[in-house]
This record gives sequence, C-alpha cells and structure tokens, in this order.
Amino acid sequence: MLWYTGRRVLQMIPVFFGATFLIYFMVFSLPGDPIAALYGDRPPAPGVIEQIRAQYNLDKPLLQQYLIYIGNFFQGDLGTTYSGRPVSDVMAGAFPITFRLAMLALAFEAFAGVLVGLIAGLRKGKWFDASALVVSLLLISVPTFVLGFLLRLVFGVQLGWFRTTVSSEAPWGELILPALVLASVSFAYIVRLTRASVADNLNADFVRTATAKGLSRRRVVTVHVLRNSLVPVVTFLGVDLGSLMVGAIITEGIFNINGVGGTVYKAIVLGESTTVVSFIAVMVVIFVLANLLVDLLYAALDPRIRYAK
Amino acid sequence: MSQTLTDTTPEGLQNEEQPLLQIRDLEVGFQTQRGLVPAVRGVNITLYAGQTLAIVGESGSGKTTTAQAIIDLLPGAGSITGGEVLFEGRDLTKLSAKEIQAVRGNLIGYVPQDPMSNLNPVWNIGFQVEEAIKANGLAQGKAARARTIQVLQEAGLSDAEDRLKQYPHQFSGGMRQRVLIGIGLSARPKLLIADEPTSALDVTVQRQILDHLGTLTRDYGTSVLFITHDLGLAAERAEQLVVMYKGKVVESGPSQEILANPQHPYTQRLVSAAPSLASRRIQSAKHASAGDAVIYGGGSLDDTLVARAAERESAAPVKDLISIENISKVYRIRKKGLRTDALRAVDGVTFGIQKGTTTALVGESGSGKSTVAKLVLQLESITSGSIEFDGQDVAGLKGKELLKFRRRVQPVFQDPYGSLDPQYSVGNTIAEPLLAHGVGTAKERQARVKELLDQVSLPWSSRYRYPSELSGGQRQRIAIARALALKPDVLVLDEAVSALDVLVQGQVLNLLTELQTELGLTYLFITHDLAVVRLVADNVCVMQKGRIVEAASTDDVFDNPQQAYTQELLAAIPGGNFQFGR
Repeated sequence: MLWYTGRRVLQMIPVFFGATFLIYFMVFSLPGDPIAALYGDRPPAPGVIEQIRAQYNLDKPLLQQYLIYIGNFFQGDLGTTYSGRPVSDVMAGAFPITFRLAMLALAFEAFAGVLVGLIAGLRKGKWFDASALVVSLLLISVPTFVLGFLLRLVFGVQLGWFRTTVSSEAPWGELILPALVLASVSFAYIVRLTRASVADNLNADFVRTATAKGLSRRRVVTVHVLRNSLVPVVTFLGVDLGSLMVGAIITEGIFNINGVGGTVYKAIVLGESTTVVSFIAVMVVIFVLANLLVDLLYAALDPRIRYAK
Repeated sequence: MSQTLTDTTPEGLQNEEQPLLQIRDLEVGFQTQRGLVPAVRGVNITLYAGQTLAIVGESGSGKTTTAQAIIDLLPGAGSITGGEVLFEGRDLTKLSAKEIQAVRGNLIGYVPQDPMSNLNPVWNIGFQVEEAIKANGLAQGKAARARTIQVLQEAGLSDAEDRLKQYPHQFSGGMRQRVLIGIGLSARPKLLIADEPTSALDVTVQRQILDHLGTLTRDYGTSVLFITHDLGLAAERAEQLVVMYKGKVVESGPSQEILANPQHPYTQRLVSAAPSLASRRIQSAKHASAGDAVIYGGGSLDDTLVARAAERESAAPVKDLISIENISKVYRIRKKGLRTDALRAVDGVTFGIQKGTTTALVGESGSGKSTVAKLVLQLESITSGSIEFDGQDVAGLKGKELLKFRRRVQPVFQDPYGSLDPQYSVGNTIAEPLLAHGVGTAKERQARVKELLDQVSLPWSSRYRYPSELSGGQRQRIAIARALALKPDVLVLDEAVSALDVLVQGQVLNLLTELQTELGLTYLFITHDLAVVRLVADNVCVMQKGRIVEAASTDDVFDNPQQAYTQELLAAIPGGNFQFGR
C-alpha cells in the first residue's frame, strides 16, 4: 500500500512539469500582445514596452522564461499580474470560494445521487425507477445555463428563498443554489451509474447466497449490494471532484461568483500568462491528488485491488 | 404425469411417515417479453428425513429452478405459478417474506454451484460466515466468532482461525466451496440443497469435498437435495434419483435401479452418453466409409479395426509430427516491492504426437496443461527446450514462417461463449481466418464456409446467425469449423468439450473423431476429464505440477495405471467403475 502510494506520488512529478510547460507554451502562442493591450488605442512611449517586457522576462526565449517561472514557483513566488497584483492574492480570493462550492456540489451529488440510484435499482422497472431515469436524462440534456437561470428565477426571484447573486465573500448558505446547478449533471450520471450497478449486483450469485443464509432483505441490500455497487460510483466521484475543484465557468458566471473558473477565464482573455499558468499548476496538483484519493478509496472498498499491488 | 413414477418412499419406511419435503405439482414460470415461459411444469418430488436425493438433468431442464423455488430464491422474473412445497407439512410457497427468511439457513441450508462467484469479494471470509451465524440466532458477539471458527474447521479448513481475515480471492476454489458448505450447514439445517456443489472443481478436490459433505450430513442427520448434471456423481452420492427433462420429471426412483435399467428414452440417452471408465475409444470406423473399405479391403468391422491397429503399430517408428523435447516455462511473479518469484508452470516436459492420432494431456487446474497448449501454439515463448513441428524447430519463428505455422496448427478453446465474437455472424466468423491469411477470392471463401458448415453438420442457412442465437454445442461446432478453415494438420483442443452437457459433449466428440478420420487430423486434447479422455485419446500424458508423471497409451493408463497420482485421479471419477446400463 505504502509502495503503491509512493509510486503514485512520484508519478505526479512528470505530470506536473508536463502540464505546466504545455500551458505555458500555449498561453504564449495565443495571438495578441498583452502588454500592448494594456494601453489600448494610445501607444505608450517607445521605451516603455521594452521595459515592461524585460520586467516580466518576456524578452527571453520561451524555455528560459519557463525555467525562471518554475524556479520562482518553488520559492513560493507566483509572480504578479500585468496590473501589478500578486497572483497569490488572486488565488487566495478565488480558491476558498470554489472549494466551498465544490464541497456542497459533491456532497449533494454523492448522497442524493446514490440514494436515488439505489432506490431506482432496487425497484427496476417500477414507476420510481422510470421517473428517476426520465429526470436524470432531462438533467443531462438541459444545458447548465438554462437550468441555472430557471432555478434562479423560481427559487431566487419568485419564491425568494435564495439570493439571486452571490456576494463577494460567498458564504456557504448563498452557495447552495449554485451548488445544486453545478451538481445537476453529475447527479444524473451518479443516479444512472448507481442504478445500473445495484441492479447488476442484485442478480449476483453472492447476493443469492446471502439471501439463502437467512439474512434480512435490509441487510442483504446494505451489506452485500450497496457496498459492491459503490466501487464504480467512487471512481466517478473522484474524477468529478477534480473537475469541480478547478471551477465551473458557466455556473460562476450565472451567479456572479468570483471563483477559480471565472478568474482563469478572464486571465486567458487578457493573456495574463503568469496568472493562468499559476492557477493551472495548482489545479494539476489538485487533480492528481484527487485521483490518488480515488485510487486509495477504491482499494479500501475492494480488497482484490488492495492485495494485487 | 401418468407415466411418471413419483413415489420415492424407500423400503423399510412406512408410508404414514411424513416426508421432510414434498413438492407437489410445482409450476414455475419466467416472465419474458413474450409472456410467461414455463420452466418447471408439474414437478413432484418427495424426500424423507435422512435421505439423499439427486435431481439430474442437462442445463435448462429446470432442476436448479426447482431447487431455488423451494426457498424462494428465484431470480427476479421467476415466480411459482402453481403447486405447493410442503416442508414438514408447512407450505413454503404461502409464507410471508419474514417467515421464509426464518426458514432459510435455519431449517434449509443452501450450497450454491460456483464457489468463485458465490462469496462477496469485498468482505472477508470470517465476516461472511459470522453473518450467517448471527442471522440465524445461533450465537452473538464473541461466541459467534468462536462458532465461526468451529464451523469452518468442521468444513475442513484446519487453519480457519488464521484465515478469518482473508478475502475470497485468497482462497482456492476448493476452499471457497468448503466455506460455502460451512455456511450452508452452520445452523445444522434439516435439509441441505446442494446445487452442483462441485462441478467447478477438479475431480480429486470434488471427491474430498463430497466425502466430507457426506460425513457431515450423516453426522448431523441432514437430508440432502443434490442438483447435478453428472449421472455418475448422482449414482454414487444419492440413494434416490429424479431425472428432469424440459421442466418435467421423466423418471424417479432408487439410483442404482434407474441407472441399470432406465425406462424413459431421455434417461436412456443420458445414461448411454455418460462417459465413464467403462467406455471405450469412439471408433469412427464404426460407420466405415467407402474409403476405409477400399483401404482395408472389405472385411468385418473388427478386421478393419485390427488392420488399423496393426498399421498403427507398424507405423510406430515413423517420426512424430510434433515432438516436444524437455520444454519448460517459467513465469516471474511479482511479490512485495521489487522481488520476484519464479513459477515453473511447465517443468521439463517431453512427449511426441504422431500424425493422425490424439494425445490427451490430463491434469488438475494449475498442472500446467494449458500452458503446454499455449507453448505448442506459440502463443507464449518457451523458456527452455525445443518444440519441433514436422521436423522444424518452431521456437522463435517470426513473420511469414510463423504465419505458415499458424495455418497448420489451430486452436479450439474451452468457452464457446467467450471465444466467438458476438458481433460477427457465423459465416464471417468461419471466413475470418481465410481473410486474415488472404486465402482465395470472396466466392471461394464462401464455398469453403459452406463446406466447413457441412463438415460440422450445421445447415448452410446458419451462416447469417449470431453466436447469441446458438446453443453451446452449436457454438463449439462453429469454433471447430473456424479452426478447420485453413485446413490445418493439428488441432489443439483446450478443454474444448468441458463446458458442454453430456449429450452435446458426446455429439461433439463424435464429430471430432469423424473429422480426424476424414481429414487425417492430429489432436492435442487438453482436459481435466479422464472419462472423456478414454473416449477420444490414443495416448495420454498425465500432468501434475508442471511435469508429466505418466505417459502411455490410453488403455495402459486406464487399465494399468503405474503412478499413485494417476490412480488417485481415476478413483476420483464419480461413478467411475459403475456399470451403466446400455
């Protein structure tokens, strides 16, 4: 187990360097000159642009720029935006908000999704199952922005239960509605995944054997069906945790949340390479850690994996 | 129903005694899209306390469904549509879910068929046994744990205490089956339903487990309802026999009587198809073809056989088509960290196969017989030694040479469900090797497919069908046709008939023998089933732990086994020396 974890952590190193360099390279290949853009239509004095370029190391070759950047990154210096604000400040503002949003969304999709999927799987072919399938299909096919605006209209404007936009501090309570919207598609997938998995396991030989032992239906379902059915669900949740943590541009846009997704989007539009790469670097680490967590959880749920390593 | 004899009262027991289990006119149906399909149609079975009764039939005969109906274990779409199941006079079909739950485990134990899939892979063994003990109110807390160890020890796991925390995948098939037997008997039930409890196991393990099960049930006074497709096993283990066919009981009564003197045509077929030690090699010369008559100059069948045997004798010094010299295969097994262990799967194996003969490799799982097949097929590389085919060393063949070799040596694998692509029609499946080797035009290939379908006795119209629409036997015929497509010299048959029912197995074996005579094929026949070996093989190599422990002609091995291991294998065949009525 320890060996396995260690190997996975070592694997993070090439992934980290590969991803950051690729992003660095791509952001710099974007058309348009971010420095010139700072000045709009009024061209600055001729020496100024060169000076700013030198300040941000933009005059050096790409690889050297990257190495300088990575060197600073490991000393805790994430650089500054072109407007002079430290990137670490921007992160400190955006990440906690996205973290709260992601946790709420994850909790909702995990609990509600598994519960609905379990009931649907146990009552395969009955009305609950049929409606769960229809609703989940709807959630998957309706675009997030449609659902977002709809929920905001119903719960925010007409019923007045939630605020329609989220304040800049974004406390937990205000994030509930956006979290529901953000989780909707994954919720639908988890319902379907759990349902299929439960329905499958119900027909498994070991479930019949468990019943033949004289166990109660409740025990058979919770101990022998549910736990086995969670293995694929956990895999999905882990991948989803990664994508939730790296932000949700559309949901954040609808509810005016200053989270990671929106910040990165703005930075890309403005050609703020330092900001983009720093955010991406942190996202890569989060993503890889989330996947590691899944693999460890997976091993905890299924002993065959635990002992195979 | 009228021609069926259902009174299974043993002699010496009085008719007034209440049977332990009495199934009356049981009807079970499965709800499908085409409506209710009956699976069990008016079955009557009577079982008295302390008795062992076996239900025999091929897959689809309804024997398992009958057993599952007793304690309401039918899969989702199945339901009892008529009749009653009286257990100690109480009709089990009328019980509520709570009431039947109290019967399961406590009064009626259940041992399922496949030990690989019947234990939950994510819980340890101790948990799964303890759970049964607690659910049946036998013991709680610490006492339950002690009882768990006791149950497992009684089931034959002597080191139970140390292994409680281990998971099913760390147990062998035989040990898992012991665990399942332990669970089934943990509450000392009055009746144990054992659904093919050992059909997934090796013969020697099977015998140990059945012996043990017999001892336990005798000690506890448990009645046993055996479900099996194996007539020999039924004859050996049960006093009473019920033969089922297409959802109906076609014959029932004392085992020995039925096997010695089967009344119903289906039972007669089943009995005559059952391979046993008493059977002889199938001789396709029985249907002596015109060609044979010419070669051997008329004469009676016996003359032909004698002539043929003589020819075989005289041909003995002829060089072997395949000669295997001292081959070994070592696998590296990853242990903790970076260490590896060497596993000698095949260890210095030497044998030869003459053209036109069948050599059988026999052994239990893990004996290395399938590895030898892979090495001969060049699907894996040998670690040391040499394999010569038609005078040419095949180890390290590459490119064109390897393709040429593959055309001449073709495999047929065990699982007719897994080895055919479900997306390929029968015609395409058979034509695929021709296509892969660029043989002929589209028209010629089609003609060849027609010829091959003909050879394996399938109608030309079946070329448009898909594997899912075919039975196991038909699929295996197609696998054989595919293997024959390139006109090979050698077929490597890896457990090619093991997954089939006896009747179908008999048909496929006959087909293989006919093809051998017609096409002069050479077979390497890999199997764990000694009874089948007797039917098809000329020579036998018995393998154990990667080595050949005995190699001789089939008659020698069966009539005069030299090695203790071979004798053990032969003795373990259920109903081995039982003379079936013919």
